[in-house]
Amino acid sequence: MRIGVFICHCGSNIEGTVDTATVAKTSLDFPEVVYATDTMYACSEPGQDGIIQAIKDKNLTGVVVASCTPRMHEPTFRRAVERAGLNRYLFEMANIREHVSWIGKDREANTNKAVDLVRIAVEKLRRDAPLAPSKFAINKRVMIIGGGVAGIQAALDCADGGLQVVLVERESTIGGKMAKLDKTFPTVDCSSCILGPKMVDVAQHDNITLHAYSEVDSISGYVGNFQVQVKKKATYVDWELCTGCGACTEKCPSKKNPDKFNEKIGPTTSINIPFPQAIPKKAVIDPTTCRQFVKGKCGVCAKVCPTGAIKYDMTDAIVTEDVGAIVAATGYDLFDISKVTEYGGGRYPDVITGLQYERLLSASGPTGGHIKRPSDGKEPKNIVFIQCVGSRDKSLDRPYCSGFCCMYTAKQAILTKDHIPDSQSYVFYMDIRSPGKMYDEFTRRAMEEYGARYIRGRVAMVYPKDGKMIVRGADTLAGTQMEVEADLVVLAAGAEAAKGAPQLAEKLRISYDKYGFFMESHPKLKPVETNTAGVYLAGSCQGPKDIPQSVGQGSAAAAKVLALFSKDMLESDPQISRVDIKRCVGCGKCILTCPFKAIKEVDFRGQKKAEVIETVCQGCGLCTSTCPQGAIQLSHFTDNQILAEVNALCQS
Amino acid sequence: MPVLTGKELRIVGFLCNWCSYGGADTAGVGRFNQPTDLRIIRVPCSGRIDPLFIAKTLINGADGVLVSGCHPRDCHYAEGNFYARRRLEVLKRFLPILGIDPGRFDYTWVSASEGQRWQKVVTVFTEQIHALGPAPRYDAVSADMLAKVAGALGQGGNRVAA
Repeated sequence: MRIGVFICHCGSNIEGTVDTATVAKTSLDFPEVVYATDTMYACSEPGQDGIIQAIKDKNLTGVVVASCTPRMHEPTFRRAVERAGLNRYLFEMANIREHVSWIGKDREANTNKAVDLVRIAVEKLRRDAPLAPSKFAINKRVMIIGGGVAGIQAALDCADGGLQVVLVERESTIGGKMAKLDKTFPTVDCSSCILGPKMVDVAQHDNITLHAYSEVDSISGYVGNFQVQVKKKATYVDWELCTGCGACTEKCPSKKNPDKFNEKIGPTTSINIPFPQAIPKKAVIDPTTCRQFVKGKCGVCAKVCPTGAIKYDMTDAIVTEDVGAIVAATGYDLFDISKVTEYGGGRYPDVITGLQYERLLSASGPTGGHIKRPSDGKEPKNIVFIQCVGSRDKSLDRPYCSGFCCMYTAKQAILTKDHIPDSQSYVFYMDIRSPGKMYDEFTRRAMEEYGARYIRGRVAMVYPKDGKMIVRGADTLAGTQMEVEADLVVLAAGAEAAKGAPQLAEKLRISYDKYGFFMESHPKLKPVETNTAGVYLAGSCQGPKDIPQSVGQGSAAAAKVLALFSKDMLESDPQISRVDIKRCVGCGKCILTCPFKAIKEVDFRGQKKAEVIETVCQGCGLCTSTCPQGAIQLSHFTDNQILAEVNALCQS
Repeated sequence: MPVLTGKELRIVGFLCNWCSYGGADTAGVGRFNQPTDLRIIRVPCSGRIDPLFIAKTLINGADGVLVSGCHPRDCHYAEGNFYARRRLEVLKRFLPILGIDPGRFDYTWVSASEGQRWQKVVTVFTEQIHALGPAPRYDAVSADMLAKVAGALGQGGNRVAA
């Protein structure tokens, strides 16, 4: 092999703490290295052209680039060597930026380490074989998990692009958190007026299949060919027959159950439709409160239903959907305010979350849009908003900013004044974070036009006294302590990952961060992709987002799916396992080990042998380290290659 | 060029591509200072790591070996790190039989988001290896050590026979 080595300066990123010229010079001593140089930006156009030119001029048959992490630019350089006529797998990278120059300032030690990393890359490359991808067909259907505004947008964009879409929603209606909002910032337009038509579009779109009240049970397969088992939870109502007339909910005698849609500040019936604009507008029985289930007798809904849709003996059903791509859009949950015990959330009825307040403001809410405090139904005059409850608080393990709470508090302060003109709002804040278009202007309006009193400081405690809530806090700008007698306290609860998010991530084989939010492939350049091919992210499941960002990401995920499906065949990564049929003894251990069922037993001249199904193999190499005979080897990561790297490190 | 005499020891890290290699990248992007001793070999999955690699690395003259993969239940390949965990646990118990101080080997779980955790893992492990000092060369192995190894081998052999 004739190997060329290129050491990248990455501007001063690498050159600043690594002597790249020395690394290049030393590389010339390595076996089969015939050319070595340092270059300013290897990934730039002149940098890539330099590599291509050198391959031609020096007749190179293998290339090592020492620069950033292969997770960043391995595909870039592979394409470059391919343009020069080499096989793209006759290329290796040494990571001398993230793993060397950026983690220490000792130039001598860094240079030395960089040389070592180039050395192991050369040793690995010497044992690389040219690989060729094989092709497989794609199933051009897409599943979107989560029917909030991000999922709805992704579903509509994919469906408009001509794809068959399966939308899975765990509640009985789509709409997500946005459907619960009264108005949206900074335009103060009505949430259901802008979301409602989109929800109807989902229901009426020929290309969208909606599984409401359903959850993803298990996922198998790989990009282009996923099999997803969806559990349709028992609704005890035959949705084929239910017309959403609402006769059952009117007559249901069990009326005092906390209403989940109204954030538990209003009562609801055991059989109900969450809200008038629900899509699908179908009834669901809650068996934990329904008298027919709890006491064994009632049956009122079955008697009054004009279509005979009530089915008390219904059970969960599993449906299997075959799709080629999956978009996770599972959203977020609100921080549990009862964890901040000093504010009394969950203990005092007049301390509520922002989303509960939103339901009080909403005309479709439990009070018909009249602000009545939960304890006695009186109209509050003094309302205190406390920001950053479960955001930017290390002691609660929520150090991140939830992003939208500053804005929704300003909106609620404005709406409060609209609803009760003689009211006074107080907002305790840490900082105002309003970086969006028209956002800062909006918070200023809340202060200047609507007279909300913004107090910079933390609230120490909230306690009841004579029918009022006393809010005691600091005004850090005035340098004083202050106390407000409030009729109602609204906590701007931050966002946290949805319950069950880590479990879903495990099913999807994607990563999640320590807070449970799904991880994107690259925080800047691949914001909606994951590290698992064919799985994309939209909305707050990836981190707290407001509506415009969620919608933008929904569309972005749809664009990624459409781009993926623009091809009829996908190329599979050829870095897969291969069986040496002469060494294979047919023990079948690899078949048992493979998590993807990518190895099958075949009959080879009367003997049992293992065979890898090329398009299914994901290249993990579990089989390789399991095989007692060393008969199955993961291409590009063979035992010999890894041991050669070890030897290069140990015996130099 | 060997490791810097007097400054560094030979420490080899086997890291899975998806979590820990990403975590090491995150640590780099965050400019989290780390000792320079460790050299990373990238593998697709911690389940790809044959315990033999580690034994051979240590026999070949490495002073320490660190393996790191995705947290259990968070594997890109669904269950690769479970296989890794079983094999590495067994290896840990087997190293003394080979005459290798088990303190020279460790395995951890670091996710791609945990740059700071990776910094800590590297620092602590490097300190641990420096505390143990360079691995004894075979030509320098004392009779005492050999006797210990022979004893351990005998024990192991008996167990296998029984």
